[in-house]
Amino acid sequence: MTEAASAVASIDQSQDLLRSQSYVADRRLSTVVYLALRMGRPLFLEGEAGVGKTEIAKVLAGGLDRPLVRLQCYEGLDVAQAAYEWNYPRQMLEIRLAEAAGEHDRERLGHDIFSEQFLIERPLLRALRGGPSGPPVLLIDELDRADEPFEAYLLEVLSDFQLSIPELGTIRAEEPPIVVITSNRTREIHDAVKRRCLYHWVDYPDAARELEIVSLKAPRAASALSREVVAFVQALREGDYFKLPGIAETIDWANALVALDKLSLDPDTVNDTLGVLLKYQDDLARLQGSEARRILDQVRADLAAEGG
Amino acid sequence: MSGDEAIPAGRLAENVVHFVRVLRAAGLPVGPDRVLDALQAAEVAGVRRRDDLHAALASVLVDRHDQLELFDQAFRIFWKDPALLDRVLQLMLPHAPAPPDQRRRDNRRLSEALAPRSQEPREPKREKEIEVDARLTFTDQEVLRKMDFESMSAAELARAQRAVARMQLPLRPIPTRRTAPDPRGRHVDLGATLRASARSGGMVIPLRRRSPRTRPPALVVLCDISGSMSRYSRMFLQFLHAAVNERTHCHVLLFGTRLTNVTPQMRSRDPDVALRRVSEQVQDWAGGTRIGACLREFNLRWSRRLLGQGAVVLLVTDGLDRDAGAGLEREIDRLHKSCRRLIWLNPLLRYAGFEARAAGVRALLPHVDEFRPVHSLESFEQLAQALASPASRQRRAAG
Repeated sequence: MTEAASAVASIDQSQDLLRSQSYVADRRLSTVVYLALRMGRPLFLEGEAGVGKTEIAKVLAGGLDRPLVRLQCYEGLDVAQAAYEWNYPRQMLEIRLAEAAGEHDRERLGHDIFSEQFLIERPLLRALRGGPSGPPVLLIDELDRADEPFEAYLLEVLSDFQLSIPELGTIRAEEPPIVVITSNRTREIHDAVKRRCLYHWVDYPDAARELEIVSLKAPRAASALSREVVAFVQALREGDYFKLPGIAETIDWANALVALDKLSLDPDTVNDTLGVLLKYQDDLARLQGSEARRILDQVRADLAAEGG
Repeated sequence: MSGDEAIPAGRLAENVVHFVRVLRAAGLPVGPDRVLDALQAAEVAGVRRRDDLHAALASVLVDRHDQLELFDQAFRIFWKDPALLDRVLQLMLPHAPAPPDQRRRDNRRLSEALAPRSQEPREPKREKEIEVDARLTFTDQEVLRKMDFESMSAAELARAQRAVARMQLPLRPIPTRRTAPDPRGRHVDLGATLRASARSGGMVIPLRRRSPRTRPPALVVLCDISGSMSRYSRMFLQFLHAAVNERTHCHVLLFGTRLTNVTPQMRSRDPDVALRRVSEQVQDWAGGTRIGACLREFNLRWSRRLLGQGAVVLLVTDGLDRDAGAGLEREIDRLHKSCRRLIWLNPLLRYAGFEARAAGVRALLPHVDEFRPVHSLESFEQLAQALASPASRQRRAAG
């Protein structure tokens, strides 16, 4: 059993761990996190933008007191940027120096310049090698932005926690890192990658959990305001907009309203601050004015009914 | 469920194995390797709480969001329904081993209960036979009533594949950020240079170069299968089948009154199997067309998932819209803005004096990058030619 697993011995403890870092997780997510720690499998998180996927890796690193190694994916990401690179300028210099010293032994020169000291560590290699405070949390962020050849490269790392460097040999992690992969689903990730992971779809939270999150993350917002904000966002998510607001947007909105010294929502404020919630012009145009007022009235009526 | 704790671990294993089999029968692609994972997950998470077991099994057995619903349904029935559970438990009781045939019967019953999808396609027959909207048939009175695709002959198949293989869509390849070795490349590849140099003991340093690699853009085909288009449906589908199997990134969505993604069905190697599965999946053959509504659904549900990698959209429709173009302009504008290039192939223009009179056509025209009218279309070769020829009439959003 790994060290991380022994620190988290039950699903309740994994929930507490997330909670201790101000992350409000539902039971399902806590279970999957617990499984990932116990089974030593990478965690594959998929979901819309702004639902707190990346945050889970940060929270795990903080809660388990591990360093966080982050690999942000982009198109064309290659081994040199993701795993390791040889320090070519220094190697060139070494060859020149050897030449100047009259060294002509090819074998030895080849051996010398492809050694540890000329190797530049990139996130994957760093995660596998670990550090003094134990194996890190490896966050492979937005894997859907990388292209397929990179996914194929990841397979070896994810299943065996090892990495082959042709000139040096295979580097294996003594204790596997905790791997968290996120995807916004702008394309489907290949099944071969998913098969090696535990899959979890991170959904928008329900009203109760979202309210809890807002009161944790935007503590300065009045409780009446938080309730209205959450109810408004929840009502928005019922409609068909191009991009629904995520939890990040809810928190931003609550903070924005606090900055404006608002204690409750009113139609004008909603209109003026909609840009925090919705990021598409079509969505904004649809909501501005009467639609926003209608939702607001409905939210108020619902909250009043609840309170009474 | 207090009874669960009483079950020894061995019974849990059998239950899990059984459950995985049920899922497989219901159509989830669950490989044998997942069984072991599922067992491990169930054991680690424990069976004290039902939602924990659910989350544990889901994390291993599901790997796409759209599979979740089926999984939830299966889980609800399999792990809760007392009658079913009792029967399963009885099966597992050591002193009363059930005869193997009863076990099989249970399994089938479960899988039938758990696979609502496989039964759905049987209903639409009604819909297929009726609803021939004469207004929309334009100059073409012939409507396929039954989408009973004839088998594709070997010659036809070969022709389709040849046509697709030869076909060069007028799409410029996209340069990627990856590079490939190229003696005349612009960038010096230090790694390769150094390796080559080490081979000669550092005596010479031969420069190795690289240049950016290119890839063909992803292709998303939106194909109209309404009554007015039905004459060409079969040919188009066979053509699209060849396209999906030839090209690595090709998605096909069919629309009439609703939008259906048939790419998974199209992936079957055998064209007849593929087309049969497609026809089972689609419920609105040869009916009316609601282009605007279907494009809206595409924009909302699919565009972010399919158009992310610089995809080119090929829209195959005659532009005859039952909703008379209502809301169409906004949606086509949105689609145009979110893809790399929008090509409209209109196969129904069988006379030269075409005028953009139908409301749908008028709404579409200003928003496509390329408009390809086809005056006669009887074969794969003509279709391929129509797609491959340089843009005959280009229209830009400004016009």
